Amino acid sequence: MSQNNNQPASFELDGKTIPFQAGQTIIQAAMAAGVYIPHLCFNPEFKPHGSCKLCTVKANGRQTASCTQQAQAGMVVESDTKELNDERRALLQMLFVEGNHFCPSCEKSGNCQLQATAYEMDMMSPHFDHFFPDRPVDASHAEYLLDFNRCILCSLCVRASRDVDGKNVFALSGRGIKTHLIVNARSGHLADTDFSGADKAAQVCPVGVILKKRVGFAVPIGERSFDQQPISATPHPMKQEG
Amino acid sequence: MTSESAKKSPMTILKNIHAEYLEPILQHHRHSVNNLLQILREAQEHYGYIHADAIDHLSVALSVPRAKIEGVAGFYSFIYLQPRGEYRVLFSDNITDRMLGNQGLLTSLCSQLWVEPGKISEDGLVSIATTSCTGLCDQGPAMLVNNIAVNRLTQERINAIAELIRERVPLAAWPADFFAIEDNIRRKDILLSTELTPGAALSAALQRSIEATLHEIKTSKLRGRGGAGFSTGMKWELCRNAPGDHYVVCNADEGEPGTFKDRVLLNSYADKVFEGMTVCARVIGARKGFLYLRGEYRYLFDHLQAVLSRRRQQNLLGQGILGCADFDFDIDIHLGAGAYVCGEESALIESLEGKRGTPRNRPPFPVTNGYLDQPTVVNNVETFAAASLIALNGGDWYAAIGTSVSSGTKLLSVSGDCAHPGIYEYPFGTSVAQVLADCGASDTQAVQISGASGVCVAAQEFGRCIGFEDLPTAGAFMVFDHSRDMFEVARNFVHFFAHESCGFCTPCRVGTSLLSNMMDKFSHGHGSPYDFAEIENLNGLLQSMSHCGLGHSACNPVLDTIAKFRPAYDQRMVHQGYVPAFDLDRALSQARQMTGRDDTGAHLERDHESK
Ligand SMILES: Cc1cc2nc3c(=O)[nH]c(=O)nc-3n(C[C@H](O)[C@H](O)[C@H](O)COP(=O)(O)O)c2cc1C
Ligand code: SF4
Ligand code: SF4
Ligand code: FES
Repeated sequence: MSQNNNQPASFELDGKTIPFQAGQTIIQAAMAAGVYIPHLCFNPEFKPHGSCKLCTVKANGRQTASCTQQAQAGMVVESDTKELNDERRALLQMLFVEGNHFCPSCEKSGNCQLQATAYEMDMMSPHFDHFFPDRPVDASHAEYLLDFNRCILCSLCVRASRDVDGKNVFALSGRGIKTHLIVNARSGHLADTDFSGADKAAQVCPVGVILKKRVGFAVPIGERSFDQQPISATPHPMKQEG
Repeated sequence: MTSESAKKSPMTILKNIHAEYLEPILQHHRHSVNNLLQILREAQEHYGYIHADAIDHLSVALSVPRAKIEGVAGFYSFIYLQPRGEYRVLFSDNITDRMLGNQGLLTSLCSQLWVEPGKISEDGLVSIATTSCTGLCDQGPAMLVNNIAVNRLTQERINAIAELIRERVPLAAWPADFFAIEDNIRRKDILLSTELTPGAALSAALQRSIEATLHEIKTSKLRGRGGAGFSTGMKWELCRNAPGDHYVVCNADEGEPGTFKDRVLLNSYADKVFEGMTVCARVIGARKGFLYLRGEYRYLFDHLQAVLSRRRQQNLLGQGILGCADFDFDIDIHLGAGAYVCGEESALIESLEGKRGTPRNRPPFPVTNGYLDQPTVVNNVETFAAASLIALNGGDWYAAIGTSVSSGTKLLSVSGDCAHPGIYEYPFGTSVAQVLADCGASDTQAVQISGASGVCVAAQEFGRCIGFEDLPTAGAFMVFDHSRDMFEVARNFVHFFAHESCGFCTPCRVGTSLLSNMMDKFSHGHGSPYDFAEIENLNGLLQSMSHCGLGHSACNPVLDTIAKFRPAYDQRMVHQGYVPAFDLDRALSQARQMTGRDDTGAHLERDHESK
């Protein structure tokens, strides 16, 4: 391709010019330029998964997940439109009714990307009928709790454990609406895996599944990550957590 | 007892039981994790399910975490991590099976064997449940017993089966006619009537240059028969031009409800299919091919292996095919294990690699990044069979048949309300009315073309034609007469999609379940115009946000029937305003079951009759 060497390749996102490097996906380039596209299963530190579909944009008129779609020079991308935000809200509502999310009693409240994205998308109600699935909690591990009720199946913990920790503590099993997270132990218990609090996998959950015990609610309401600024102004929410 | 064995804990002894049958299986599959699904399937054939000890053994032998093995096993309907009984009975539950009375037969078998649907009997003898369409709609109702197909179920046959199971008669000793699957070929055109001496098409191809063979395929204007209709010549060319180790994959997953033509091609025309694959291998430079056979067609496996080994003896497969020193190619058969989504080509490739059948992000497409990330052609069974004829008779010959946009012929799998269900081969351009006349259908209300994900055509559209320009189809042709309730047809399909969603992406995983709940809400008499709007919204979301074709088409049956058979819905809309799905009286049904009561006093007052 003959590209002007002085001018980096760029595409247009909601009217703004976004430069990108070869191989970058739309969301990677947008993030680098400080532009927010809603997302849940994407985390800049990991290979994109493309499953939650929150990051869907219209690229040259065609809807596609911006975390997996490679940026192309001259592409015209729409993201912050009423149509797309309406659809994103519906996806969020689906994620809420699929699991059991009781935000007021959840330790992750205020630091949860699902909750914060729902605020960002003006989600006022779950809209759909709740599924109320039966998902027992795994409290077997001395330091960590797994509350599967909140799992959105983003597979970030799977990717972190496999690709960074080299451990494979987590995996997805089941199919369809019965898809669920499992851990690598014959007993099915986290305590019987080689999971450790020092693992990357302990840090990546965007919602309140993988939780360190005995530190919940340490930060008062009003001072939590997304109390201070909306998720759209927090380009790398992962890095905010301690 | 020697001191050696006395030292063994019960645990190690148990593990050895599993090692005994697992080791030969592992050897056969070269301890390759790419064959994990095949290993699990064969292990289950030995033991009935995958025991936790077997997983431990496999985990060590294959050096993969046990969570990965459980993750793969958990994806496929036909792989069990818990005991499911010595006899595992699955009733095919396509709408055509329902129309032939499968539900009554299921209830009867359950009561004769004292087992609840979906459960395993207390003595561990039998489990009885339903499964998605098994591809025997022309000779249903059908079932699978330990993954082997039984057709033409009648009350009499069910009684006999109950007796055989109670007496613990091994499947091999059951009456042979229970397993006598028929071809039911009703109309032959070029594909089914051309005699092909094994090797003839291949010789013709080898007499031409590779470029010339590719040219013939392109000239024929052959388009994929699996549904999407992509140009076969172009697909082969793109793959040929991509660098790497090339692979040929034949898609025999045939999971689309109402489709069974690949079953017949593989049963009686396997040489044409394998020959087409071998021609493709020559064109793209592949040394290895796979036939991905749906688990429901397990009974065809030995027959197909026999055809492959005969072809090896005939030097039509293996090294130096037909004396061509630079032409080595062989074919392996991989069996699926009950997952419709594995018919989607990238999910199929994941499954071939021994993984969960989750569709990949595309692009890149299989032609450049397929099996093991290498250039791969995936074509439907019928596409390969047609390609063999084109190699034999040339592209111009083929292009002259059918219409200008859709060359050649199409196999239709005709089932439902007609006198002669079975396989009909027509040149493209044939009208729906013609097919209906030929199959002896009368009083027809609707035809579902191309399965659950296809289109439902009503009487005023019967002049429309089979072809990519009008009614594209993967082959299903399900006929419904006026006695049928089109709402129930749509509801059956919606349940199918919810059951078969792979669960990867949010819109389809949750959306198909929401949709099937909504259809059940209608069925229970709680539907309202509000729900129509909801269904339309869901449809928009599934279409624009889903990751693969399953999600894209999951709303089709409902939208089609709402548009064309609105009265079937209106009938169920007792309410004009919004009604919640929650029904207190239905919620009390468990309490009624536990107390064994069903009198009026055990019901709340109702303003409608729920079914
Ligand atoms: C959910 C889903 C299921 C599919 N099932 C099948 C199938 O059973 N058989 C098939 O040949 N193609 C199936 N396809 C289409 C394949 O993805 C692919 O297009 C086809 O195998 C290509 O072969 P062809 O070009 O010869 O048609 C399916 C597609 C989707 C989205
Ligand atoms: S536990 Fe958290 S990180 Fe893991 S899949 Fe569930 S939501 Fe994602
Ligand atoms: S659309 Fe459905 S089947 Fe396809 S990837 Fe998404 S969840 Fe899986
Ligand atoms: S962030 Fe792109 S699909 Fe989840």
